[in-house]
Amino acid sequence: MIWNEAKECMSRDELSSLQGARLVKLVDYVYHNVEFYRKKMQAVGLEPGDIKNIEDIVKLPFTTKDDLRDNYPFGLFAVPQSQIVRVHASSGTTGKATVVGYTRRDIEIWAECVARCFAMTGVTKNDIIQIAYGYGLFTGGLGAHYGAEKVGAMVVPMSTGNSKKLTTMMVDFGATAIACTPSYLLHLAEVLESENKIKDIKLKYAICGAEPWTEKMHKDIEERLHVSAHDIYGLSEVMGPGVACDCKFHTGLHVCEDHFYPEILNSATLTTQIPGETGELVFTTLTKEALPLIRYRTKDLTSIDYSTCQCGRTSARISRFKGRVDDMLIIRGVNVFPSQVEAALVDVEEVSPHYMIIVDRVNNLDTLEVQVEINPQYFTDEIRGIEALTKKISHVLNQALGLNPKVKIVEPQTLVRSEGKAVHVIDKRKLY
Amino acid sequence: MVAKQLSVFIENRQGRLGEVLNVLKTNGVNILSLSLADTTEYGLLRLIVNNPELGKTKLAEEGFSTMLTSVLVLKINHEAGSLQGLLKTLSDNNINVEYMYGLSIDGEEASVVLKASDLVKAEEILLKTGVKTLSSDDILSL
Repeated sequence: MIWNEAKECMSRDELSSLQGARLVKLVDYVYHNVEFYRKKMQAVGLEPGDIKNIEDIVKLPFTTKDDLRDNYPFGLFAVPQSQIVRVHASSGTTGKATVVGYTRRDIEIWAECVARCFAMTGVTKNDIIQIAYGYGLFTGGLGAHYGAEKVGAMVVPMSTGNSKKLTTMMVDFGATAIACTPSYLLHLAEVLESENKIKDIKLKYAICGAEPWTEKMHKDIEERLHVSAHDIYGLSEVMGPGVACDCKFHTGLHVCEDHFYPEILNSATLTTQIPGETGELVFTTLTKEALPLIRYRTKDLTSIDYSTCQCGRTSARISRFKGRVDDMLIIRGVNVFPSQVEAALVDVEEVSPHYMIIVDRVNNLDTLEVQVEINPQYFTDEIRGIEALTKKISHVLNQALGLNPKVKIVEPQTLVRSEGKAVHVIDKRKLY
Repeated sequence: MVAKQLSVFIENRQGRLGEVLNVLKTNGVNILSLSLADTTEYGLLRLIVNNPELGKTKLAEEGFSTMLTSVLVLKINHEAGSLQGLLKTLSDNNINVEYMYGLSIDGEEASVVLKASDLVKAEEILLKTGVKTLSSDDILSL
């Protein structure tokens, strides 16, 4: 079903003028409420009046994750703190979190967008949905939760971490939908298969996101769990899950375009790519109050299709993701930058600054191994000494990443040395 | 008399132990005793050799993590209970044995290599009880 036909199926012309009107208002709003944007616009000689329609968006400067970091924690908020009703946070590139804020209206619009996505997958008020994204600072859990409640489904807020309880409730409650990361869902499929419970489940819809996944994983999920699997996309800076989702025709993810204006740019020249060509996805939030973003560079690579979908929606569709512009990894739904590992290891004097990150997927769960070398002067010939060091490094990395890596100490001089652009990551998952 | 043990960190990779031994062979470093402590990820090779300094230098040149550790090499009677008695003495004096392995058996006597939490104190106490400790030179003549 189409949750908001008026918005999701409006003609492209009408949509453009709505986006234009919202952009004009947004630019005026950020110019007068966020010093960062005002200065950036002034630096290039732009005034709010220079932006008259949606095409003028290309005149505006970009915003990056570094800008969010530099203005940590609340520097880019456009409203006084009294107007903020919630914050979420995700990993930053160098240790400091990226903090995002929401007004009450932002939360309502977020729920609306997620509701559109869930409705697009087939979920209705008659469904029982298990939300198995993490609840907390991560946007996944609460974001999906509010959207599912908005649809009117019966929401089971599972969060993450207890597969046994989840599968038991899935069977006992007769859950018909689940929202979680695709790799976790494949793990659950394995648990259900091993307990011979596939025949007992009533799942119809799987709404998976927070990490890239392959066509093969999509097929695997659908065949093993007998569900219709959908890809939901979002990023906390822009809002959270619900920025885009694919309908039952699976021909790309419909963007909630009346709220988030997508551009696909050539990442070298930063000029607009023609539809169908791969480039970096850039979002401008058209209606956000607390943390409006102008031309935010997501670093995700995709292409866009503006043709009307068979489902009747006119909203643009972005393709399955084709990679990243930067070296960010998504491990169990958590964003990890190699620079975070590097920054954390600098504080451990017992190890050299050389490291290697090895990401793999074992039994459908992501594994993260960090290999380090011991500084010769700290070498000990006692196993408990090495184990204590391993534990210490593991703790430091866990604090920095929010993930529990396996730390492996390797012989000196075995890790690749920087020669120009050093390779610090081996990702064996082949997700793109 | 404290002796020097040569310790080497080895990743659990095929052929790594052989490479260590090869370096020692090439440089004429003779092994008198060894112990290999292993975990799933790595192993610690502890060696009593005729020339620990040379072994350390050459292995370090080849990129191995090595170190010289002070250990006690003790001569004890080769009979039931003598090791137990020795350990009891240490334990009564609050000294922990961190690791230990055999070095040689020679007629009535046996030698063990021992690393303790407080090596100086351990030696002092053991000497009082009549246990002989061996120097690096003594070891060479075993």
